[in-house]
Amino acid sequence: MALDKTQIAQRIAQELQHNWYVNLGIGIPTLVANYIPEGIDVEFQSENGLLGMGPFPIEGTEDADLINAGKQTVTILKGGSLFDSAMSFAMIRGQHVQLTVLGAMEVAQNGDIANWKIPGRMVKGMGGAMDLVASADNIIVAMMHTNKRGESKLLKQCSLPLTGVGCVTKIVTNLAVLEVKDNAFYLLERAPGVSLEEIKTATAGNLIIEGDIPEMKL
Amino acid sequence: MINKVVKNVEDALKGVASGMEFMLGGFGLCGIPENCISELVRLGVKDLTCISNNAGVDDFGLGLLLQKRQIKKMISSYVGENDEFERQMLSGELEVDLIPQGTLAERCRATGAGIPAFYTPAGFGTEVAEGKETREFNGKMYVLEKAFNPAFAFVKAWKGDTAGNLIFKGTARNFNPMMAMAGKITVVEVEELVEAGTLDPNQIHIPGIFVQRIFEGKNYEKRIEQRTVTIKS
Repeated sequence: MALDKTQIAQRIAQELQHNWYVNLGIGIPTLVANYIPEGIDVEFQSENGLLGMGPFPIEGTEDADLINAGKQTVTILKGGSLFDSAMSFAMIRGQHVQLTVLGAMEVAQNGDIANWKIPGRMVKGMGGAMDLVASADNIIVAMMHTNKRGESKLLKQCSLPLTGVGCVTKIVTNLAVLEVKDNAFYLLERAPGVSLEEIKTATAGNLIIEGDIPEMKL
Repeated sequence: MINKVVKNVEDALKGVASGMEFMLGGFGLCGIPENCISELVRLGVKDLTCISNNAGVDDFGLGLLLQKRQIKKMISSYVGENDEFERQMLSGELEVDLIPQGTLAERCRATGAGIPAFYTPAGFGTEVAEGKETREFNGKMYVLEKAFNPAFAFVKAWKGDTAGNLIFKGTARNFNPMMAMAGKITVVEVEELVEAGTLDPNQIHIPGIFVQRIFEGKNYEKRIEQRTVTIKS
């Protein structure tokens, strides 16, 4: 069975390491915060100026002056802090944030990512994504393996305008976990019950399969 | 003591004219200068260039200026929440310069800090870097980005004093501090204006030196864009 969006987030949560500062993008990445493994302390950075982001507020306590980068009302946890946008991106570009998780429309086998623009059709802007992908050492992409038309999103080369070059290190999709290195997608894990054939068919870029590929554990 | 107080929003926006470049603080609808935006709508100034992280929503924030076709060009990082914006952009009525959010923040900071340009890794290898100088430092590529030159910066703070010292609240801080530093004329609206000497100097986020005009705003709506809550079980 291919994973649903919640399960993709669950699998990504296993990548979290103790004492990491983590920036989660909008969409599937946001869900990662719901599955922090036991014994792991992480702090979430929201690039609009908040470290130590907590869950949504109890109904009736929402504060218009406390939102996340998706403009949703949130809370701030003990030990959290607030700051301006220049300092926020100093944290990001200065590599003080250990992990970035974000969505993508396309990823290329060399680690290029496209997620901000479809020329002539959708132009919402890159927000903080270009700063994040140009800076973090660890960039995990959370996305479906194929688009709505069934076409692979793991490509030899991106066709859409790029967000960053050679930056993605890992991809977790509904079908697989893959590492991006040496100009190829290295298959690390399969979604439970998903065959190698299914993953090969859904991957347009160079896919490397070495040895037995285990199923993900959720 | 230097006194930065102006009587009201009308006085605060004296000198504003069509064709000018403005900075406007806020992230989404959080921390936007609501009173100044309303006054810009009332004044009817046109052909504006607005530097602001977002462009409001259809019927609030900068969306109000877009509705009236007062904006010629937007410089933003994300504009996804505004259908009228998207329509004007795709039809070519509105000029739009989309730039990475951290680059936008740093360009604002550089403007007020006397730094004409700086190198950033953001956008290298993308269309954002097209036509810009690039350079390698320690094996990594960077793009040269330049400061702005806004005639006015419109800023929203939580508390301010008569000397122009400012304190922000929550994530309503966002772009406001750097923009406060950047305006040739920085106009600040605050929810609460107090006498100089009332605020603890240790807690000031932006010193009054950067502020030219300050006034207490009225009727804040502080609209929430995405009301997300945890339901008590």
